[in-house]
Amino acid sequence: MWTFFHKLGSPPWLYAIAGVVLRWLLPITLIALVGGMIWGVLFTAPDFRQGNSYRIIYVHVPAAVVALAGYYVMAIAGAVSLIWRIKMADVVMKAAAPVGAALAFIALFTGAVWGKPTWGTWWVWDARITSMLILLFLYLGVIALYEAFDNKEAAGKACAVLSLVGMVNIPIIYKSVDWWYSLHQPASIKFTGESTIDPSMLYPLLLMIAAFYALFTCCLLMNMRAELLQRESRTQWVKKIAAKEGKR
Amino acid sequence: MHPVRKQRLYLVLFVALFSSAAIGLITYALRGNINLFYPPTEVVSGEAPIGQSIRVGGMVEEGSLLRADDSLAISFTLTDYQASVPVVYSGILPDLFGEGQGAVASGVLSDEGVLQATEILAKHDENYMPPEVAYALENSGYDKKGKTK
Amino acid sequence: MYFDSFQALLTMNGHGIYVWPAYLVTIVVITALLIAPMRRRSRVLRQLAGELKRAQSASDSGAKGER
Repeated sequence: MWTFFHKLGSPPWLYAIAGVVLRWLLPITLIALVGGMIWGVLFTAPDFRQGNSYRIIYVHVPAAVVALAGYYVMAIAGAVSLIWRIKMADVVMKAAAPVGAALAFIALFTGAVWGKPTWGTWWVWDARITSMLILLFLYLGVIALYEAFDNKEAAGKACAVLSLVGMVNIPIIYKSVDWWYSLHQPASIKFTGESTIDPSMLYPLLLMIAAFYALFTCCLLMNMRAELLQRESRTQWVKKIAAKEGKR
Repeated sequence: MHPVRKQRLYLVLFVALFSSAAIGLITYALRGNINLFYPPTEVVSGEAPIGQSIRVGGMVEEGSLLRADDSLAISFTLTDYQASVPVVYSGILPDLFGEGQGAVASGVLSDEGVLQATEILAKHDENYMPPEVAYALENSGYDKKGKTK
Repeated sequence: MYFDSFQALLTMNGHGIYVWPAYLVTIVVITALLIAPMRRRSRVLRQLAGELKRAQSASDSGAKGER
């Protein structure tokens, strides 16, 4: 058990194991993404009220769900790097930020496009949408803050504190539709009780959510690998890899 | 745990706790402003300001929707099944707008308690199903939430 | 397949202009997310390989000069 954690702190081991995971996970992710999109767009019936516009759910909900989960990954990695000063935690935090930002952007964009035909407006300042926009700004803030520091150790600490403070926003996003009167409807997939979405529409949605989780993992690992190479560029193991793969 | 790490852990918990408390207090203080709309009950009880632009949200009452023959003008009542607010509006409506559906109307409340709406948004619920399933449910005497009517 | 024709799939009863851009933007963002770290990795490796080569040739010529 402890040797596993010690190995996690070893860059060459982490780089290699991430490479092995990616070799399998990346093709599976792409197949699941393409398959889920085709299932959702071509092979499901339209909604009884919204018609075909509801098909946006298959990218909107997964992107939003994983953007929220990704924030936990970033904030917890930040806390670990603050408390235990583990360098790899800092790498995870930095690698998660751009992926989370991109997913939050997808959720907001597809939500706006979905809102026009169903609600009658692209944008409304209700609690759910505004708190989701704050999530995007928190991700962008972490990215910008990291770039703003010349001293990368100080940058890591500042970003960790910012992501910890921003964690307050996550339960607000989850609960916003229950706590306040908002235009956005409550969640359709429920952990307790029956989901209010028909099974024929639920299964492709669950597939897409799984695919987006896998996508997040892939992007996280790929960002970590690139970051590790850059940070460790003066070490022997990176030089060995560069001599082998860098000729192209 | 190492005392220095313990100290840092407490610091992290402190930051997380106090930022939550700060945001919690702010959202509590602003709770009225975070609500996108007033429910009809609050409008009828006089909590909504008159003569200012506000939003009222609820269900479009069955049988209340009247359309003018020669213009886009419509009138209906918004209800939360405890109180209702009459709304008049003229303009384009979202596709999902209809009787028995949720809607949010923004406009100015007149002295008589009628909302002169300038924009209507449709609010939909969290139920998704194919049309055949909805039709079958309707015929079997269940409503869309799967409960008996 | 749910749709009867390609035309119906494109228009989606008037909702195609909303559904397709939503999917298009999603696919573009996902592609960018996947390609950016790949390009960054190969750039770092290429740069390092170049440095290594230069260091190699410098030490080679240095060794010759000593003779």
